[in-house]
Amino acid sequence: MAKVVAVTGNEAVANALRQVEPDVCAAYPITPQTDLMQRFSAFVSDGKVKTELILVESEHSAMSACVGAAAGGGRVVTATSSQGLALMWEILFIAAGMHLPIIMPVVNRALSAPLNIHGDHSDAMGARDSGWIQLWSENAQEAYDNTIQAFRIGEAPEVRLPVMVCMDGFIISHSIERVEYLEDEEVKKFVGEYRPVNPLLDVEHPVSYGPLILPDLYMEYKRLQHEIIWNRVKPVVLQVAEEFYKLSGRRYGLFEAYRLDDAEIAMVILNSAAGTAKDVVDDMRNRGIRAGLLKPRLFRPFPYEEVSQALRHLKAVAVLDRADSFGAYGPLFTEIASSLYPYKDRPVLINKIYGLGGRDFMPEDAEKVFLELQDIATTGKVKSIKQYITVRE
Amino acid sequence: MKTWKELTPGCVVTEPGGSTKFKTGSWRTFRPRWIPENCIQCLFCWIYCPDMAIKVKDGKREEFDYDFCKGCGICARECPGKKGQKAIVMEEEGK
Ligand code: SF4
Ligand code: SF4
Repeated sequence: MAKVVAVTGNEAVANALRQVEPDVCAAYPITPQTDLMQRFSAFVSDGKVKTELILVESEHSAMSACVGAAAGGGRVVTATSSQGLALMWEILFIAAGMHLPIIMPVVNRALSAPLNIHGDHSDAMGARDSGWIQLWSENAQEAYDNTIQAFRIGEAPEVRLPVMVCMDGFIISHSIERVEYLEDEEVKKFVGEYRPVNPLLDVEHPVSYGPLILPDLYMEYKRLQHEIIWNRVKPVVLQVAEEFYKLSGRRYGLFEAYRLDDAEIAMVILNSAAGTAKDVVDDMRNRGIRAGLLKPRLFRPFPYEEVSQALRHLKAVAVLDRADSFGAYGPLFTEIASSLYPYKDRPVLINKIYGLGGRDFMPEDAEKVFLELQDIATTGKVKSIKQYITVRE
Repeated sequence: MKTWKELTPGCVVTEPGGSTKFKTGSWRTFRPRWIPENCIQCLFCWIYCPDMAIKVKDGKREEFDYDFCKGCGICARECPGKKGQKAIVMEEEGK
């Protein structure tokens, strides 16, 4: 039986971690993740979970401790944001290269400089090539659901990879929403008992982690890593989503397609701003404009094929990035462009950079984008491919 | 050589003692030479060698294991020798 509560995103994710009760958690506080880990540490000190909590001196150490604990054979979690994720960067690649299924909620926040504590996607986008699976969440419910599913996805025997669960800093992490919790036993049963593979602590079967691999084998290992994330993750994500649907009644896929089938123009947008934009899609529809929306959920591996099938028929698409790739198009835009490029009939694409450092994204901002798309769809003319919006010119 | 399909994900080495198969002696540019007549069998070289390139049998020093000696010269530096005469000297490889 589901329990309906009013909680923040951080609270919901901390509760998901409590319900899973991992073996080890190593973490360091950083805004806006602090409150998530503070809540989880309270569960540890109140004896609600038997998790071994390792308090470390930096995020570099947090991820290093996670790698050690996961190689040791434990089910391991941490959480971070922004500069913390940036400081983990070196070890992110090690966690993925060693195929250690560490689960990490990332409470998305802007990167310095200038110093800013508010939500944008620069942190996780910067880590997109680290070999981690990335799930993105629109609201507290999705962050909670994705966290629980992340364990099953990352730990699947054919996958065994670390997973980031992204949600927007403050907008989701600190706002109270209606969330449906599963029962503790349901979550425990859903994630199942952890089965380590080649654990270091199995002294009967000694293994070594982290050997030196020179040019004679390095590429073969990378080829294998590519194969696993490229071909094996998607089916697992869909299968886990199906099982999760049976348990919770909430459906998940590789992305959410909102009123896309009969749309002529659409927006591609991640996380919380998608909620705002969906409202505006409805508004556009009421005004006779055939607008739709695609909200990616699985960003790594990126489902190029499926995304292109969902977008090909459109006349014009705006890809909205809440992170910039300085000197290039936005990170989400380049993925959407890559997925559509193989097709001769494809929509006109534009890229908007919005909401950096927590700048608000309002319905009227979404409306302007849809009206521009409408214009492009009729005239075929694009003023500029990449443009900053929600900015003072 | 193995193809990618034959590898263990995460480069986990599941067989112990694999380092003995990875010969590192070719990295050497200087080669230690043992002079047995100056050796007092103190085994400092055996203790100090950062690899395991000094072979010892029944408590007695034997020849270098050149498959693993990287020529760092630590043994030659630490060797007390006999009456000021070193029992290990470093010589340039290929000379
Ligand atoms: S030169 Fe270095 S590696 Fe070689 S035997 Fe001496 S101490 Fe060991
Ligand atoms: S350190 Fe020198 S004297 Fe001592 S055992 Fe080694 S070679 Fe012989």
